[in-house]
Amino acid sequence: MARSIQSLERAAAVLRLLAGGERRLGLSDMASALGLAKGTTHGLIRTLQQEGFVEQDGNTGKYTLGAELLRLGNSYLDVHELRARALVWTDDLARSSGESVYLGVLHQQGVLIVHHVFRPDDSRQVLEVGAMQPLHSTALGKVLCAYDPVAHSEAFDEARGAFTDRTVTGAEQFESVLEATRARGWASDVEETWEGLASVAAPVHDRRRMPVGAVGITGAVERVCEEADTLRPRVVAAVRDCARAVSRDLGSGLSAPARA
Amino acid sequence: MSDTHSTGPFIAAIDQGTTSSRCIVFDQDGRIVSVDQKEHEQILPKPGWVEHDAAEIWTNVQLVVSGALDKAGITRSDVRALGITNQRETTLLWDKATGQPVHNALVWQDTRTDALCRELGRNVGQDRFRRETGLPLASYFAGPKIRWLLDNVDGLRERAERGELLFGTMDSWVIWNLTGGVDGGVHVTDVTNASRTMLMNLQTMEWDPKICASMGVPMEVLPEIRSSAEVYGEARGELAGVPVASALGDQQAALFGQTCYSPGEAKSTYGTGTFLLMNTGEEAVNSYNGLLTTVGYRIGNQKPVYALEGSIAVTGSLVQWMRDQMGLINSAAEIETLASSVEDNGGAYFVPAFSGLFAPYWRSDARGVIAGLTRYVTKAHLARAVLEATAWQTREIVDAMQKDSRVELSSVRVDGGMTSNNLLMQTISDFLDAPVVRPLVAETTCLGAAYAAGLAVGFWPDTDALRANWKRAAEWTPRLDVETREREYNNWLKAVQRTMGWIEEEN
Repeated sequence: MARSIQSLERAAAVLRLLAGGERRLGLSDMASALGLAKGTTHGLIRTLQQEGFVEQDGNTGKYTLGAELLRLGNSYLDVHELRARALVWTDDLARSSGESVYLGVLHQQGVLIVHHVFRPDDSRQVLEVGAMQPLHSTALGKVLCAYDPVAHSEAFDEARGAFTDRTVTGAEQFESVLEATRARGWASDVEETWEGLASVAAPVHDRRRMPVGAVGITGAVERVCEEADTLRPRVVAAVRDCARAVSRDLGSGLSAPARA
Repeated sequence: MSDTHSTGPFIAAIDQGTTSSRCIVFDQDGRIVSVDQKEHEQILPKPGWVEHDAAEIWTNVQLVVSGALDKAGITRSDVRALGITNQRETTLLWDKATGQPVHNALVWQDTRTDALCRELGRNVGQDRFRRETGLPLASYFAGPKIRWLLDNVDGLRERAERGELLFGTMDSWVIWNLTGGVDGGVHVTDVTNASRTMLMNLQTMEWDPKICASMGVPMEVLPEIRSSAEVYGEARGELAGVPVASALGDQQAALFGQTCYSPGEAKSTYGTGTFLLMNTGEEAVNSYNGLLTTVGYRIGNQKPVYALEGSIAVTGSLVQWMRDQMGLINSAAEIETLASSVEDNGGAYFVPAFSGLFAPYWRSDARGVIAGLTRYVTKAHLARAVLEATAWQTREIVDAMQKDSRVELSSVRVDGGMTSNNLLMQTISDFLDAPVVRPLVAETTCLGAAYAAGLAVGFWPDTDALRANWKRAAEWTPRLDVETREREYNNWLKAVQRTMGWIEEEN
């Protein structure tokens, strides 16, 4: 049997002491219950406190279980919550970019569109909420694969079909696309899924810096790209601004640098 | 927001709302440049009583105006005009000489005038003033609230009759203070706010002396009634020199911001409760189906435009009830997740008549009902029934509007927090059998006030230019077959019948 780690066992014992009902304990009570020195116990509690698993009452100085423990069991971000938080920012992105905006999350082997804002030109458009897009060829999918290990493994387990001449299907080439995505913080799709259309997308993170979705725009190549298929810097900046704003709204990056 | 908006000039709009005051700066395309917001205290002296400290509100209004200008990085010289929108009906009396409120403002939700309203109905009932004012005698409206203050606060009636006091809804209070207060402040209100006092005649757009006398309100306290879009005066202080150029009650401002400028165009704002307003053009349409007749807006010297209004008391608050009282969901957004996990309502119908049925029934003896329960029904079916309740009530109001106005509704423009609920929006479209359209800027209330102010100073040339600014962000089109819709509607109506008569007459 593998050797167990003593400090983890002790941390588990602290959590068990506090578990159940509205239990509050002071440092000395906990130390004596655990049979440990006060200093050792304090070190354990401080670490658990930093991780949010234990909280200290400001008035009494006693300790209780932290809110983070509850969140662990219930950590899945509801996609409708994500849409509600993203609404104003994606509206703003549609207005500033003049293109349609999509918010996507990983679902099974693809990208599920959970929010769609029409291109603001009064043309007839159909709401695409609920539609699925491929992981390996779209900007939203590439962002998810680059940041979410589950999406990454889904994309590599599945056959990556070619939709146009430009679709990247080889494992090595795809991996280098994802590396480039992580390095610059956004992904693109220039006619790799649909002829004539180009997309840009960036990741949305939650308060624990977990990648929970991707937000991006899709439009005609000639509007979204400059010559030589380069994405317009203004469009890229607008998409990244939006992704950061939604992430901030979800509580992410409170100490992250301000947007460029 | 993002930094790609155009450079000035700009229009600033103040939204003096029920829970907070906000200021939003808009550019010429109607895009939001900056927002600032500050909540104020809800004072609850007794069950059913709700008051605001008007001095706190004025302080907050000044703070959010400077806050919004700071965030936009602009000064007063970049602001071409200032517009006002406000919580409707909330009633204040203040001292003309000192500028001090003589009592907290009585908020629209405050029900202390219930008994007074019954008394004012005399042998006629709640429709005693409906022909002139378009409103039933109900505790929301300002006239009876003025009367209550004059009757119940020592010395106020004498001071009012000596001409020492001024009355205003929040638009009047903010404009009077903005334009100098005791030092030459203008005492005005706009037609939309005046139409919620029960003291204005809808045909003449003037205070009705007979009703003022019946209500016991001395006309000395009343502000001058002006249009919704004209320069009332110039601001002093922080915004010195900026024209104060619009005032609209919040729901009318949303109608204006949604650019519902033609008869038959309607907007519905989905929040805690829901407010539907339909433009009926230059005709004040009498309602025989429990709706309110109100002024939609009036631009300068043009003819006033009227509207029919219907409200649903419990919509977003039903979702909150599912979260807080029932514990079936953890956040409001989760109602959609739960409801989407089933195909239909499983036979269950939820009529949230928590404090009686409102338009078009007006039955105070009704209470909430969940009908059609079998062992098959799960919490997911109930979640679906919750969303369907909002959609059916929308349908009932739209039906009433079509009956009263004989105008067919082509589509409904939606705004408010619940528009992020995709399933709800689709369900409303299905039940109405009409497209539901969400505009790109969700802040239609502030936008409406900004539009009206911009029109008054020529920042925008006409309403056509404003229509061009309106952009469709999403549209839901009906997918439900007619048989299912009619069968379901029939079931809903049966459930509604079962709410009635629950409270037995107490005498």
